[in-house]
Amino acid sequence: MFPLLEAKNLACGYQQSPVFSHVNLSLYPGQLAGLVGPSGSGKTTLIKALLGLVKPWAGEVCIQQQRLQAGQTPFKMGYVPQVETVDWNFPVTAEEVVMMGRYRKQRFFPFPSKRDRTIARELLRRVGVEHVAKRSIGELSGGQQQRVFLARALVGEPDIVLLDEPTSSSDLHIQHELLHLLAELNAQGLTILLSTHDLNSVATHLPWVICFNHGIVAQGDPMDVFTPSTLAETFGGSMVVNHDGDRIMIAGSMTSVRHQMKTNLPAVLR
Amino acid sequence: MLDLLLRPFEYEFFIRAMGVGVLAGLLCGVMGVYIITRHMSYIAHGLSHAILGGAVLSYVLGINFYFGAGVWGFVAALVIQFLTGKRVYADAAIGIVTTASFALGVAIISTYRSFTRSFEAALFGNVLGITPTDVWIVAIVTVVLLSLIFVFYRPLLFWSFDREVAQVHGVSVFSMDTLFALMLAALIVSTLQILGVTLIISAIVIPASTARLLSDRFGVMMIISGAIGAVVAFFGIYLSYYLDIASGASVVLLSTLVFTIVLAWTNIQRRHRKRFVSMDDHTHPSVKAP
Repeated sequence: MFPLLEAKNLACGYQQSPVFSHVNLSLYPGQLAGLVGPSGSGKTTLIKALLGLVKPWAGEVCIQQQRLQAGQTPFKMGYVPQVETVDWNFPVTAEEVVMMGRYRKQRFFPFPSKRDRTIARELLRRVGVEHVAKRSIGELSGGQQQRVFLARALVGEPDIVLLDEPTSSSDLHIQHELLHLLAELNAQGLTILLSTHDLNSVATHLPWVICFNHGIVAQGDPMDVFTPSTLAETFGGSMVVNHDGDRIMIAGSMTSVRHQMKTNLPAVLR
Repeated sequence: MLDLLLRPFEYEFFIRAMGVGVLAGLLCGVMGVYIITRHMSYIAHGLSHAILGGAVLSYVLGINFYFGAGVWGFVAALVIQFLTGKRVYADAAIGIVTTASFALGVAIISTYRSFTRSFEAALFGNVLGITPTDVWIVAIVTVVLLSLIFVFYRPLLFWSFDREVAQVHGVSVFSMDTLFALMLAALIVSTLQILGVTLIISAIVIPASTARLLSDRFGVMMIISGAIGAVVAFFGIYLSYYLDIASGASVVLLSTLVFTIVLAWTNIQRRHRKRFVSMDDHTHPSVKAP
């Protein structure tokens, strides 16, 4: 089997400072993988380089064995950016956001066709937020916003979707629901790469993780990859890993400061 | 009575001023929606100042005003974009380029002394000095820009909202950058004579901000904003005749008044709705949002 998306010896940076180098990465059709690393480790830059949004300093990105040319944006790829980068006050409805994704099919004139509307509705239904189609994006909850953007990424029937920190701004329950939705889409054949800095509630639920910190540290099944030494190398602090059957729990290995802080509690609460 | 109301329309210069004013108001209103949603108000404000340099220079060199000022404005926009990537803050880059260009205009004017009147017109606008050629230019620019907006509505909207994702979906963001810089330069150069470099920004920002209060949809905002721009220009110029005040100032003050009224009205409505919702919650404590 050939990889769907491949980075070969990729290096990227901004102005004078490199962000990462020597990145070799392959994603196979049907794979669901997590790009795991601390904030500022270059995950967003890697995702943008894979999408052709950032010009690599060296190396190349291949999609279905075809080299991605400079300035070219790949067909059949979906992208869900970090919610922090979106202007939520922008005057568009959820449905309009999804219809934007139809650009390759319908490039000109303002009026949406009947087909545009049908497809937008169908996708909003698929990600479970059809009821907010007519609402302005600023009125939606964090989870709904994330789903609307996922729906837009799915419009062009992509082979692969890249999501940048899709779970960063939502609570545990919503994170879990989104992971379920992604698992469902993955079961239907979609290849997915998502980035996260959250180990316990996201990374440990994924079937494949890529530990990243200005380059790939290790990759594989989290059961094998999440060892104290790789985690220390990725996150830069020593960690404790507990296995409990199918679950993995990760915590900082420093002594808890709870006891010390308890003595500071106001007397009435002690 | 009717005679008195229609009197200004007996003058040809007034009809010209009205026609140009309404077209400019409409066009600035529609374009303003892009400018405010892309947080470009300061760029537009700066560009209108920068164009003074180009306008004065083309006057001195005997080049056609529209050509000289247009090229100057477009180049200023490109220089700002170039500087921004080079460790200069975007707003600082705008400040540097546009005030330098404005100062050049002022410097040339002060050595030539002879055209203080047209200097005032350039700063604050002069609808009375509009020639039939100016009417044609504004009309053509209006038709061309509105057609471009109509044809390129989808890529321009996507590019405005989410530049990088637009690129992933195949929108050529470089083309959109260039197209919009050209449209912005054409807008400002063609409408400069009506409001002047200092007031033009109000015709771009106020109707669009008013429309934002009234609608959550981009296309609807464009229609509302264009309509407000045209109507306000009409009554602003009309009132300036009777009140004997500068027409530019009259248009700006009137649109500010409209904005204030809409702001107050939408605030009252929102408060009313909120109270209604909280009363509703109070009376049906068992009903929960899904």
